[in-house]
Amino acid sequence: MKKVALSLMVLSLLAGCASQGVTDKKAAVEDHNVGANANGVKQSDVSANPLHDPNNILSKRSVYYDFDKYDVKAEYKPMVEAHAKYLTSHGDAKATLQGNTDERGSREYNLALGQRRADGVRKMMNAMGVANKQVEAVSFGEEKPKSDCHDESCWKENRRTDIVYQGE
Amino acid sequence: MEIVRMIDSQPPAASPGGEDAKAQGKLFFEALAGTLACLSVRGFRRAAAVAMLGLLAAQSAHAALDIEIIGSGATQIPIAVVPFAQENTLSQSITGVVTADLTRSGLFRSVETAGVTPQPYQPSDVRYPDWRSRGADALVIGSVAPTADGRLTVQFRLMDTVKQTQLAGLSYTVTPGQLRLTAHRIADIIYEKLTGDAGVFSTRIAYIVKQGRNNYELQVADADGYGPQTMLRSREPIISPAWAPDGMRLAYVSFEQKKPVIYVQSLQTGKRMAVAAFKGNNSAPAWSPDGSKLAVVLTRDGNSQIYSINADGSGLKRISHSPLIDTEPNWSPDGQWILFTSDRGGSPQIYRMTADGGPAARLTFDGSYNASPHYSPDGKSFTFIQRLNGQFHVAVQDIASSQVQVLTDTRLDESPSFAPNGKIILYATEIGGRGVLAAVSSDGRVKQRLTVQGGDVREPAWGPLLKN
Repeated sequence: MKKVALSLMVLSLLAGCASQGVTDKKAAVEDHNVGANANGVKQSDVSANPLHDPNNILSKRSVYYDFDKYDVKAEYKPMVEAHAKYLTSHGDAKATLQGNTDERGSREYNLALGQRRADGVRKMMNAMGVANKQVEAVSFGEEKPKSDCHDESCWKENRRTDIVYQGE
Repeated sequence: MEIVRMIDSQPPAASPGGEDAKAQGKLFFEALAGTLACLSVRGFRRAAAVAMLGLLAAQSAHAALDIEIIGSGATQIPIAVVPFAQENTLSQSITGVVTADLTRSGLFRSVETAGVTPQPYQPSDVRYPDWRSRGADALVIGSVAPTADGRLTVQFRLMDTVKQTQLAGLSYTVTPGQLRLTAHRIADIIYEKLTGDAGVFSTRIAYIVKQGRNNYELQVADADGYGPQTMLRSREPIISPAWAPDGMRLAYVSFEQKKPVIYVQSLQTGKRMAVAAFKGNNSAPAWSPDGSKLAVVLTRDGNSQIYSINADGSGLKRISHSPLIDTEPNWSPDGQWILFTSDRGGSPQIYRMTADGGPAARLTFDGSYNASPHYSPDGKSFTFIQRLNGQFHVAVQDIASSQVQVLTDTRLDESPSFAPNGKIILYATEIGGRGVLAAVSSDGRVKQRLTVQGGDVREPAWGPLLKN
């Protein structure tokens, strides 16, 4: 059961993120272009794309938070750093940082809190040399929960910032 | 267009045609003129709005709100509402709606009327001992009659069975489609005469329904949940609807452009415009009491801060200045102050500043999470969400004394706001895994739940009393 849930989670990290910003159709098309242009690899050679290689830290995309907090915990810093490095070495790559919150409390405060979470990751990346034109911080507040139940098992999944590359 | 007339009360000793009656008649006429002018305008605007909504709306009947009532007032006024003469010829019950409105408030107890024969329709029919023996302090009687042009004249009188006098009497000439609204207005008058507070049964509410994974609808319904109309349908979230003080426009936040943008939409025409679509987030619209401006929250300059903007999108001005989150502005009824939520002190708390952006003073100190402030109509208190032991409850704080009263025991309450008479607080909560609307009387005694079949309801906003 746990295994299934985990693999579903990974799938949703890869696929689910795309549905949050752009239509699936467009994502598929752009994914192909990114693969071909940016990395010079064919789309079929998925494992060669570090962003999608499950063994590469770049395949990890989410920073998780405690309730009403927006500081990036130490355990997520290496992951943010890896993405910062990727972005500085791929000047044409662009990422959206999507801040989310759990459902508790005020929707408007959560929208602002999600923004602070995304901004926190952006500022950390800025400090690592990433230009603002490569990263945009946005917030969905509590409006787009990844998990729908009404207890901590879902809430902890929903308090997060996702790093989503353009075209994903 | 409807016509409303006051019905003269009939004091037992009145001599028809005498000088007293003439003098009374003159006064009566003046009162009538005033009432006629105002109520007609109100009726027309409302009718126009509903007609246009009808055009916009699709079949939303499946999303009708069901209401459940829990608790009752400290004292309940026993009232007998006798079915009106000829009412059984109508497709729409009037007295049924009146009785449902009054009992739903928790402040009235319905007294059985069957068995009193003959049933009274006119004051001269009333045998007061019949009603006193049943314990009724108040009695409602009336009649319905068709007019030559196909409309209906609805007459009602509210009688005090103790003093054996008439407390109110009105006659409405309306179309069959206006019968339900007429019933709500009759209930409003009864409520006001007997409690001293304005009735809000003829007002409307706005809220968001979410069905499935991503079907969002902004709906407007009567205060009893009847007749929902869809103002906007979207595959992206809609939040924070706010009624303009004129009751004719709604501001709200829609994510349809893949980010939050503030729109103002006319209920009459369905036309809308984006009033705040700046870089970053645009959210939390709140109307100034004169309806000319909105306080909004933008991230265009970095973190979430409060700005004011004219209702047509011009005249943007920043009014809050903090390095952290400032959001959820709410204007005081006199326009002098703005309440808002800020985490400048390390946790979300409620602050107050002057509407032009003067220094802010913190108002809440209990606990580590206080948010979503909304003023009461008299400006003396505000309702908000307070976290207690990990649960989120609706509370009210008196501004002068800082005294807080927690009103609910549900655990995920959100978005509280006062009814325009200040007696009820409407909010969203979660019960059994579903989003529902709930209402609690401002003394915490009466609770109602409004649910929608097969969907989540959230983000309620109570529309204004449309004043004369």
